Amino acid sequence: MQNIKQKPEVMQNIEEQLAALQSRIEVLDKKTPDDKLSMIVFSGDLDKALASFIIATGAVAMGLEAVMFFTFWGTPLLRAKGKKVGGKDTMGKMFGTMLPKGTSDLKLSKMNMAGMGTAMMKSLMKKKNVASLEQMLEMAEQLGIKIYVCEMSMDLMGFKREEMIDYKDLTYCGVAKFLEEANNSRIQLFI
Amino acid sequence: MSEDIKVDKVLDLKGLPCPMPVVKVSKGIKDVEVGQVIEAHSTDPGSLTDFPAWARTSGNEILKTEQDGEVIKFYIKRNA
Repeated sequence: MQNIKQKPEVMQNIEEQLAALQSRIEVLDKKTPDDKLSMIVFSGDLDKALASFIIATGAVAMGLEAVMFFTFWGTPLLRAKGKKVGGKDTMGKMFGTMLPKGTSDLKLSKMNMAGMGTAMMKSLMKKKNVASLEQMLEMAEQLGIKIYVCEMSMDLMGFKREEMIDYKDLTYCGVAKFLEEANNSRIQLFI
Repeated sequence: MSEDIKVDKVLDLKGLPCPMPVVKVSKGIKDVEVGQVIEAHSTDPGSLTDFPAWARTSGNEILKTEQDGEVIKFYIKRNA
């Protein structure tokens, strides 16, 4: 130590290297993703929506933060069953009627058989104690899972904010918000 | 109950399928202090793989796993 102190140029060199290392660590820190899961829910199928919520709630249990982005066919499952809104144009009315109004309207992606398959699956789930999509959504809210809804899908399908579910942490956004979250997440999924 | 492990809370997860056992155990462990132990009873065979995975990720410790017929008993120490 005394040797080093006697050589100021060596000391200065070490200090410079230390400063360079510190700034590198800061850069790396910013680039390290959070313990977070970012998920796009594109599908409006009952089975895929269920899988999305199972993974998201499971992620929270594992100590991760979970963020879900609903876009395209995933958007209508966040409509509230009981809410009615007026002032839609013809296309908006058409989409409003043809697309599911909330989780209970979703169908299986396979074996729907004019609704028979979906009904059978739902009763089987009940029998086997598997949480329903409605229960999963409620649990997601309790667990603090953040929901983002694609503004463009809302606009395309003519959905109004007043007809969406009451969910504690629901925000409308565009692709940049998803990319920001995904860029900062350890896990990214598209369902 | 196992004789050599002092259990501070018992969590009944019987009859619950995925993802409920892990979701509930992650909530339930918060009810005890760090260093204390919970005993979780699950009937979901997937728990045998899932609980150790959850414990490793969340930083908790499974002290012991027992199978009693259909019921799997986990002794989990809260470390995190």
